Amino acid sequence: MIRIIRHSLREYKTPAIITMVLVIFEGILECMIPFTIAQLITGVRAADMSLIQRYGIILIVLAVLSLLAGAGGGIASADAVTGLSRNLRKDMFERIQSFSFENIDKFSTPSIVTRLTTDVMNVQQSFMMIIRMVMRAPVIIIFATVMSFRISSEISMLFLGLIPFMAIILFAIVKIVMPIFRRAFHKYDDLNASVEENVEGIRVVKAYVHEDLEIKKFEKASGNLMADFTKAERILAWNAPILQFSIYAVITVALYIGAQTILESNGLKLNVGGISSIVVYGMQILMSLNILSMVFTMISMSMESAERIEEILDEEPRIKNPENPVYEVADGSVDFDDVYFAYGKNSADVLKDINLHIDEGETIGIVGGTGSSKTTLISLISRLYDVTAGRVLVGGRDVRNYDLDTLRGAVSVVLQKNVLFSGTIKENMRWGNKNATDEEIVEACKLAQADEFISTFPKGYDTYIEQGGTNVSGGQKQRLCIARALLKKPKVLILDDSTSAVDTYTDALIRKAFREYLPKTTKIIIAQRISSVEDCDRIIVMHNGRINGIGKHDELLKTNDIYREVYESQQRKAVE
Amino acid sequence: MNKTEKKPKSAMGWVFYEIFKAYPRLMPITIGCIILSAGITAIPSVFMERIFAVIENGLNAGSDWQQLAGDIVPYIMILGSLYVFSLIVASFYNQALAIMGQGSLMAMRNQMFASMQKLPIRYFDTHKHGDIMSYYTNDIDLLRQLIAQVIPNALMQGTIIICVFFIMIYYSVPMALIVVAGSVIMTIVGRKFGTSASRHFMRNQRYMGQMEGYIQEMMNGQKVVKVFCHEDETLAGFVDISDKFYLESRNGNRFANMLMPIVANMGNIIYVVVAFMGGWFLLTGFTNFSLGGAPFSIAIVVAFLQMTRQFSNNITQISSQLGFVVMAMAGADRIFDLVSEEPETDDGYVELVNATEKDGELTESNERTGVWAWKHPHKADGTITYKKLEGDVRFFDVDFGYTPEKIVLHDISLYAKPGQKVAFVGSTGAGKTTITNLINRFYDIQEGKIRYDGININKIKKSSLRRSLGMVLQDTNLFTGTIMDNIRYGNISATDGECIAAARMVGADQFIMQLPDKYNTFLTGNGAMLSQGQRQLLSIARAAVADPPVMIMDEATSSIDTRTEEIVQRGMDALMQGRTVFVIAHRLSTVRNSDVIMVLEHGRIIERGTHEQLLEQKGTYYKLYTGAFELD
Repeated sequence: MIRIIRHSLREYKTPAIITMVLVIFEGILECMIPFTIAQLITGVRAADMSLIQRYGIILIVLAVLSLLAGAGGGIASADAVTGLSRNLRKDMFERIQSFSFENIDKFSTPSIVTRLTTDVMNVQQSFMMIIRMVMRAPVIIIFATVMSFRISSEISMLFLGLIPFMAIILFAIVKIVMPIFRRAFHKYDDLNASVEENVEGIRVVKAYVHEDLEIKKFEKASGNLMADFTKAERILAWNAPILQFSIYAVITVALYIGAQTILESNGLKLNVGGISSIVVYGMQILMSLNILSMVFTMISMSMESAERIEEILDEEPRIKNPENPVYEVADGSVDFDDVYFAYGKNSADVLKDINLHIDEGETIGIVGGTGSSKTTLISLISRLYDVTAGRVLVGGRDVRNYDLDTLRGAVSVVLQKNVLFSGTIKENMRWGNKNATDEEIVEACKLAQADEFISTFPKGYDTYIEQGGTNVSGGQKQRLCIARALLKKPKVLILDDSTSAVDTYTDALIRKAFREYLPKTTKIIIAQRISSVEDCDRIIVMHNGRINGIGKHDELLKTNDIYREVYESQQRKAVE
Repeated sequence: MNKTEKKPKSAMGWVFYEIFKAYPRLMPITIGCIILSAGITAIPSVFMERIFAVIENGLNAGSDWQQLAGDIVPYIMILGSLYVFSLIVASFYNQALAIMGQGSLMAMRNQMFASMQKLPIRYFDTHKHGDIMSYYTNDIDLLRQLIAQVIPNALMQGTIIICVFFIMIYYSVPMALIVVAGSVIMTIVGRKFGTSASRHFMRNQRYMGQMEGYIQEMMNGQKVVKVFCHEDETLAGFVDISDKFYLESRNGNRFANMLMPIVANMGNIIYVVVAFMGGWFLLTGFTNFSLGGAPFSIAIVVAFLQMTRQFSNNITQISSQLGFVVMAMAGADRIFDLVSEEPETDDGYVELVNATEKDGELTESNERTGVWAWKHPHKADGTITYKKLEGDVRFFDVDFGYTPEKIVLHDISLYAKPGQKVAFVGSTGAGKTTITNLINRFYDIQEGKIRYDGININKIKKSSLRRSLGMVLQDTNLFTGTIMDNIRYGNISATDGECIAAARMVGADQFIMQLPDKYNTFLTGNGAMLSQGQRQLLSIARAAVADPPVMIMDEATSSIDTRTEEIVQRGMDALMQGRTVFVIAHRLSTVRNSDVIMVLEHGRIIERGTHEQLLEQKGTYYKLYTGAFELD
């Protein structure tokens, strides 16, 4: 926690320090006020207007100062803590943007959302506690103890006895309660996750008439949760009476000893006002202890959040730009030299012994069953992952030597799980090229056979795409994604099962357009349908992470069993 | 929920009603304890003043401790016993609050969930799921704080204020007025800061929603962001929202943080004013006006100072919570809205029952017989007739729109005889899924009739109707639990053996047996560890174990690769055997062997017939089939 605060506070260090200074100042003032009040009361008792005036004015000055310090500290602390979370959010998001695919695979979307929102808020709250309370409470405890010793050491000894007693009890409560709370909050998360599941699957729930079952399930979990929370809160509920008990003890004993002292010393050692202020100091000390225990609770509760944030900030991007990178991709040739690849250190190789040379302008088809590592193979070309052994060359150079932006600008991948972003079609297209003119966009969409349906939209290219692209059909989405990739004017274009929802006729038109208008671009097409690859220059059959066969459609039909089998099963279906 | 139950009209009324309903005895006792405890808190200052007076008088008279101990000690004893009593009361109500707070919260949470389960599908289709979730995550939390902290505190502080106020006017009305006037100003200032803070916080909440949406969208598309080297733009977009959020939250926190020091120190200033006025009154020999009738004295002024402090401290506490109360009330309102949302109505009275058949006569049975019958009570003559469940579904001139202004289905007539397979083909938005939404009455039709085994489906109890229909949807939804649990979801009373048999029948057994814990493999996150095809197989097995006479398959194989599709298809074929089936499909290969294929366009059936008949017509279906046309 301290580490991330140190790391991300930056320009908000000043307000944080100002807060701490003002808070200490305010704490001192807070201790001086009861002292002044005691003097004021003495003035009132003596019906001495000049005393009242003097201490009245002092008190007003103190109050105004304390008000200013308090308000100033309030503003400064607000700036510091919200500033910290602003920086934290930015740092985390920036770090996430630098993640490679391998890093991204490690974190789920909901977990990142929680880290950036709830977890940051928790740390913010804790930080607020730290700068506002942690500084102030000890100051008050020390100052109030000193002040009360000045009034009466006998009574003050009583406080000294009470402080450790109270501290032990308060912190013991926190210690007992914390693990229960932690467990309960985890259960709470689970409960909310199950509600989410229920809401998402409400059609299934209703279709199987399981509303009552779901209610029963929820009530059981909810009751379980309540039991935990109640247990923790009941223990915590002893906090207030224990604190009250100590305060009451202070008052009663202070009164008794105080009265005795006053009368025995004839008002010399102590006066009535002194008793009042010593009671106030006692209360301040005990309250501060209580606040400290609360702060302690808050901080330890937010520890987990801090750890989750650290996990993101500490995650090292797997793929970084090389030193002295190459900024120019010579041509669209692609080579695989003895390439092996595994997703983790201890996992099995999913690509084995890949050797392949693809010429500039060639059209390559890749087929193979689920899990044959087709997607993995093409991911290596634009360095979405790094090879475990061997090397991948683009334009005759190892991909690890290129500047990443340059490489990915030259190698355009249309991902299998592709997404459009909320915004107009034009805005989505400009992802491919920020400076693309309207004409260039139309041109790319024509090649991807998307222009036709875009023109039927009332708003044409200014049609707004909803989040997740829900207002266009699957086939339309795929063609828009292809157009977006074309706008990069890539040297290598990779389509990863990107026309699966497009009908065969349009699919053929797209490939025809590629052939005619992008002759120099190397095209690599992964497909399920043989018809999508049969006219390729070469087709690669992948099986269990190895190249099982390479050749033209007719050759493969003769020589490759897997290829023939897939082809025949698809043919059979079409004939039936 | 009982329909006849009278429900309070406002959110706060509902909250109190719920607590009272759950704790009819504990709640009044606790309120009593809080008030009692608050009342006791106001008393000690009186005793302390008495003690001080004795000491002062003693000092003036030159008495020593021995002489006065007899006067002082009893006061201290009374004070001590008051404290002990107050401690007992406080311990009790603190425990009670912990129990009631959590208990009533659970009651409300449960009610919220139960109400939600009974809402029509329309509610879920028209509300963002993120918004529904925030009832459970944010609003209920606000409610918890309201119940467990804000309300008890306010009760306590309010009582103290009232008690102290009466003691004050007992001693001196003019002095009391000064304190009250000061407190009013404090409250106004406190309220201003409090509401300003909550205004910012509420706006902040909106930005939080936006921020979550943005993160979600970008994280889902993070790989695309990488492929297009769009990291900087994505970051800039995030920083933009995050900064808006920051500004609101900073300003909100500024107001919230300033509130306490400002109000509390205003309390100190009032204190000084009271001291001045007290001194001035004493010196000028001001005639006191009070309920107690006592003349103005030093003792009264000193006691007043104590009370001023108590009064203003509690005002400070209350006003610091005002902003929060506004927010919590808004949360309570939202939850109350959800709870009072109109539940799905069900006026059906025809029930599905087990039956035995003998010589064509159906008799109701309490056991599972495998034969189902519609139990149809006739209101007119009080008789009951039974009709065998066969799975005959007919639409007569059905019109439907999700909103009355926009009709999406026009004049739909169709019939599916028992055991027939009816397929729907058409573009996105043509109305295919809408038709299936009508069969199981997720939505009700505007015009026309739908008959199920000759019975108007509006007369059939929704639970019976839906039990007789199986659904396999495009988006599979699995639930957290074992594979076995998920299959059994189709029929809770199915044995393990029946679940496994269903899995075997649809071809899911093979992959399940390869999982580490087989049927006991625990699934989380909608079966994230399984492939799309495997999830789909499970949802088919789930439908198989339900064993309904009528099945609805909505794009069940659209997002599966061709190889997996073959396996899934086999599963579906096994499931469809002998049932009435409605199929919606994207790939025409799945619908080819249907008894009848309906081609839908803009909510109308434009072609109907068997595969061969439709090919002969050389219409839309023909174009689709030959690939000259695309389904969008």
